[in-house]
Amino acid sequence: MPKRTDLHKILVIGAGPIIIGQGCEFDYSGSQAVKALKEEGYEVVLVNSNPATIMTDPQMADATYVEPIEHDTLAAVIRKERPDALLPTLGGQTALNAALELFKSGVLAEYGVEIIGARAEVIEKAESRELFREAMENIGLKMPASGIAHNMDEVRQLGNVLPFPLIVRPAFTLGGTGGGVAYNLEDLEVVAARGLSASPTSEVMIEQSVLGWKEIEMEVMRDQKDNCVVICSIENFDPMGVHTGDSITVAPVQTLSDAEYQKVRDASIAIMREIGVETGGSNVQFGINPADGDMVVIEMNPRVSRSSALASKATGFPIAKIAAKLAVGYTLDELANDITRETVASFEPAIDYVVLKVPRFTFEKFPGARDELTTSMKSVGEAMSIGRTFKEALQKGLRSMEIGAPGLGWNFRAETPPVDEIMEKLRTPNSRRIFYLRQALIAGVSEEDIFAASAIDPWFIRQLKDIVDMEAKSAISASPTT
Amino acid sequence: MKAVLVLEDGFALEGQSFTGDFETGGEVIFTTGMTGYQEVLTDPSYTGQMVCMTYPLMGNYGITAEDMESAGIHAEAFLVKECCKEPSNWRSVMSLPDFLMKHGTPGVEGLDTRALTRHLRLNGAMRGIISTREKDREALREKALGLPTMKGRNLVPRVAATGPYAWHDNAPRPVSLGPDGSYAWRGTGLPLVVYDYGIKWNILRHLVAAGFEPLAVPPGFTAQAVRATGARAVFLSNGPGDPATLGEEIAIVRELCRDMPVTGICLGHQIIGHALGAHTEKLKFGHHGCNHPVKDLTTGKIEISSQNHGFHVVLDGVADVEATHVNLNDHTLEGLRHTKLPIMSLQYHPEAAAGPRDGNHLFHRFREMIGRATGN
Repeated sequence: MPKRTDLHKILVIGAGPIIIGQGCEFDYSGSQAVKALKEEGYEVVLVNSNPATIMTDPQMADATYVEPIEHDTLAAVIRKERPDALLPTLGGQTALNAALELFKSGVLAEYGVEIIGARAEVIEKAESRELFREAMENIGLKMPASGIAHNMDEVRQLGNVLPFPLIVRPAFTLGGTGGGVAYNLEDLEVVAARGLSASPTSEVMIEQSVLGWKEIEMEVMRDQKDNCVVICSIENFDPMGVHTGDSITVAPVQTLSDAEYQKVRDASIAIMREIGVETGGSNVQFGINPADGDMVVIEMNPRVSRSSALASKATGFPIAKIAAKLAVGYTLDELANDITRETVASFEPAIDYVVLKVPRFTFEKFPGARDELTTSMKSVGEAMSIGRTFKEALQKGLRSMEIGAPGLGWNFRAETPPVDEIMEKLRTPNSRRIFYLRQALIAGVSEEDIFAASAIDPWFIRQLKDIVDMEAKSAISASPTT
Repeated sequence: MKAVLVLEDGFALEGQSFTGDFETGGEVIFTTGMTGYQEVLTDPSYTGQMVCMTYPLMGNYGITAEDMESAGIHAEAFLVKECCKEPSNWRSVMSLPDFLMKHGTPGVEGLDTRALTRHLRLNGAMRGIISTREKDREALREKALGLPTMKGRNLVPRVAATGPYAWHDNAPRPVSLGPDGSYAWRGTGLPLVVYDYGIKWNILRHLVAAGFEPLAVPPGFTAQAVRATGARAVFLSNGPGDPATLGEEIAIVRELCRDMPVTGICLGHQIIGHALGAHTEKLKFGHHGCNHPVKDLTTGKIEISSQNHGFHVVLDGVADVEATHVNLNDHTLEGLRHTKLPIMSLQYHPEAAAGPRDGNHLFHRFREMIGRATGN
């Protein structure tokens, strides 16, 4: 289908200031989208409060408002500019939330502005835990199993049906006080009793633990004719428990067989359809139990995400540009493949290299902040590296950190720490875990023990071991202090 | 152990054998699938070919018990950038090097697979020799030139069924026919004769799932013998080699097309093409991978497909035959149907293994067409 001619003016919402947890990836996607829409002859109105962005350059949009991204300001812009449509899927969560507010307050209806890319109910369905869980049940996909208990009888009932280990989270307590992990029914008695008494409402959520599971991400695109393609699969070096933004990640997926990968692919497409993202890109995250392959859905973002920039640069497939064109009515087979220029965009990139993303941390600049990686993002930047092998890409990625590391072979302090300390640093994810892994290998800790402590897949551990072995063999050691 | 690869035009690369000492040859082709090396190695359609994987890291998840596409390895050699010796996956039962050695198939790593792929893309798939024994490149080139070319090569007899068998409990089970050629159908689905020219097992699994009871037979099984079994329809499998060499098979299929529904995949599709009056041509470097976009012309929808073929059907305006599927990369034919008779076929692999499963539903389309034609 050709592009829509009933739209003339399109409002694009940017992502606002750069913060920890949201870097400049949405300037990349937003700029691409503005260019793509202009290329198609649409008038583009842009709102973004961040002047240090490409998208706010004067020649980009037809009208640029460097104004706060909040409801009343956006409503005023809409009142003045009278756009036909609003494209909120390229400015991160900020833009998506703003669009939802404008929809709920009735501003969009009042001025006849259509949300393109993802409708309001789609945004809600993906964001709400209950609606999302319901949607996953509809298509036969699992989320980590969970339940709420108000007394010990309810706790025991859940203990009999939910798979161990279980995480106990008391309701309304600061920083998770009174919570814990239960490995069996006896543990659960103790941990849940403590949780119930810690909770002012005497309520605990008991959830299946997926800590240590493989974490897999899929970047999916869909057009209005329901054609779906997977642009990139990404596997996290750091398993579940560390925020994807803080994990070393690798594309494509390394440790799944074809049958297992296709199961994830089918699920990611089914999720996009069920949530109802009609056009554009989505990011879907899965947890996979390394012991038996059990798969759970973690979340989906019905928009261009942090990983989209990586996926675009890793594969050459311009996700944001294509997403913008799909939003105005094109189908994938009507758009050119940017790499070959001869074929069409309805394909799945097959690469002959390995791509890594390595996060950059600056804990030293935040006195008092603990160097511990959890489910909230703490990295302040990242570097991407490409190699013909995982090892090559890792070495380039670590060198790109500008922390003084020439690669994995880096001693960040003069003496090698004692094994006890190394093992503790493997158990508790932190910004230097990759270097502690090297020290563990040098100290002769077995792959099994490293896996038991870190839950990092043995495949990755062996890749590091190859580098460590090469370092030992090499006459020119990167670190003469070892 | 050092291994030298030399192509018929003199292009040469060095690598390291991880399966001991060997010398072998065949048509050198590249496959772009990033997963699924086990399915590739055990796909009989790769008979006579040395397979170069464009994705550099192979063997990461080992070999599983469930993902065999036949009982053994059919590729002549496996050419990779880096082979993983210690796999990591909960289903892995064996490493890739052990699997290759168990089946006596050479494996070479450390090859510049990107340079090889670029060479084949520019110059076309061609014959080659890889050896750990002979280091003299000119001598190896001479040997490569002495190999048969893929064009004109009939490889079906090397991998086809030799006798009838049924498919149950996820494995082939030899069966015998009655003295009058009849077959005791078990009644588990619509009786279907499957010509096994080197079939992938996942095709049989999908035929069963779509409601058929398959009876696999060897290539020379006559049309009269098919009728004697009591089958209601025929399916033609994938397989290796040049379809134009299969005169006897094409003649049988031409006869079958006149009186019962016929479907096919890959080589089976090419045989149907020949039987209906079209011809086949060799592709420059073939389609081998898991990311080919195919447009279904009957619905307008696009599927990402699994492909493995070196030849393609050219319709040339053959009467009463229309294209149903087309490849969006190079616009070659990916599926056809007869406008009057219940005949349809696909060039690509709806059974996937390896690759996306977007086309799985087409087995049901086969079933519907046959159901309509036979009243079942």
